[in-house]
Amino acid sequence: MKTITVVGASLAGLSAARELRAQGFDGRLVIVGDEPHQPYDRPPLSKDFLLGRAEEADLALTDAAERCALEAEWLLGVHASGLDLAAGEVVLDNGTVRTDGVVIATGARPRMLAGQGNLNGVHTLRTIDDALALRADLDRAERVVVVGAGFIGAEVASTCAARGLNVTVLEAAPKPLPGLGDEMASACASLHTDHGVRLLCGTGVVGLSGDHRVREVLLSDGSAVEADVVVIGVGVIPTTSWLQGSGVPLGNGVVCDPGCRAGLANVVAVGDVASVGGHRVEHWTNATRQPRVAVRNLLADSLVESCAETPYFWSDQYGVRIQFAGRVLPSDKVEVVEGSIEDRSFVAVWRRENSDVGVLAFNHTKTFTRLRRTLPRAV
Amino acid sequence: MLRVCDLSQLPPGESIRVDGPVPVAVFNADGVIYAIDDTCSHQDASLSEGWLEGCFVECPLHAASFDLRTGLPTCLPAKRPVRTHQVSVVDGVIWLHRAAQDVA
Repeated sequence: MKTITVVGASLAGLSAARELRAQGFDGRLVIVGDEPHQPYDRPPLSKDFLLGRAEEADLALTDAAERCALEAEWLLGVHASGLDLAAGEVVLDNGTVRTDGVVIATGARPRMLAGQGNLNGVHTLRTIDDALALRADLDRAERVVVVGAGFIGAEVASTCAARGLNVTVLEAAPKPLPGLGDEMASACASLHTDHGVRLLCGTGVVGLSGDHRVREVLLSDGSAVEADVVVIGVGVIPTTSWLQGSGVPLGNGVVCDPGCRAGLANVVAVGDVASVGGHRVEHWTNATRQPRVAVRNLLADSLVESCAETPYFWSDQYGVRIQFAGRVLPSDKVEVVEGSIEDRSFVAVWRRENSDVGVLAFNHTKTFTRLRRTLPRAV
Repeated sequence: MLRVCDLSQLPPGESIRVDGPVPVAVFNADGVIYAIDDTCSHQDASLSEGWLEGCFVECPLHAASFDLRTGLPTCLPAKRPVRTHQVSVVDGVIWLHRAAQDVA
């Protein structure tokens, strides 16, 4: 391959570019990113950045020296609108890139709320520009409503509480994070109520009201919650619309084999957009680990390695460091093996038959780190 | 010099955090004692809670790895080194000599 184009310039795309060079690709490397910014780290956006403790420069994933060493052509602020494999072209809004290989790393975009409308004061959080807009709006706010009690919603709620705001979290499910099971979901939910944040579960949002600016969030039970700022955190949709009609198999993201190969020669996908071996993982660590395997298979033009990372993520909320690793099922048995939920300081292990399959820790990093290593490698 | 603990309290493979203005992580790497800055140079995480393998420690949050002998990162996401500190073992007690700039 003479040219490889990486579409997506965030963590997964950058990691893929690094891997291409590290694994000896010395051809032309093009990196396309639809945001105008150099690659930056997203996890702090809902935490230190929103709190004002980190600025744009603190989030940089690369520096000038590394970018120089990568010898890549960066097309930033450029939107990829299509992929024409017959012609060997990535189609851009402002032209095309002739390419032999493609790494798809376009990530995901926030899901919107039905009836969200176009009122001021309503935010989603994915990009640095989203975070800057939200941060500025919070400076003038007193009452914040967070829709969705997943990890982004929970981190935003925690940060808003730390900013001294009046925070309500709305969750449509009976409990947040149902995938963790009743007991551990309750442990996560309790962090909100411990810190004076109101958590309303089993409540759907039917709409938002206000004139130009949001004033109220309307709930399915007919009531309403007043809000100066609303943050919608109801999940993401993989960014695949630009691949419609390209022949790249699409489902819940780009459908890949266990080695990140997207069904067609010379096309791989990594990060949030990639459904690899039936799993689409939206975690930071995944975006840093998949590219090594994907690039290896791309350069070998065959499946020489499969991804075998155990999913891992962390979240910082209300001064508690939450860490989780593994893949768990509702039928698995979960047991606290150290500390106590009441103290918000514990390690819990999920067991299936006689194997440990998942670990969750609140402020128990050392034991978590040890137990995480005992989990079976995911296939 | 700061008393860390008895050597018997830090068996091979174990680590301990020494609190202070700049916390320090002290490791027993297969019988050799090392000390480095405890806070990962990438983001806020305690290296004393990391995974020790030979004379390398892997950060428990994002898996950056540091060489305990030099403080240099061996892989991303860390790019900057952590400082190393001198330690000595006298009569079964581990002592930490903090880097000069921390003494004041």
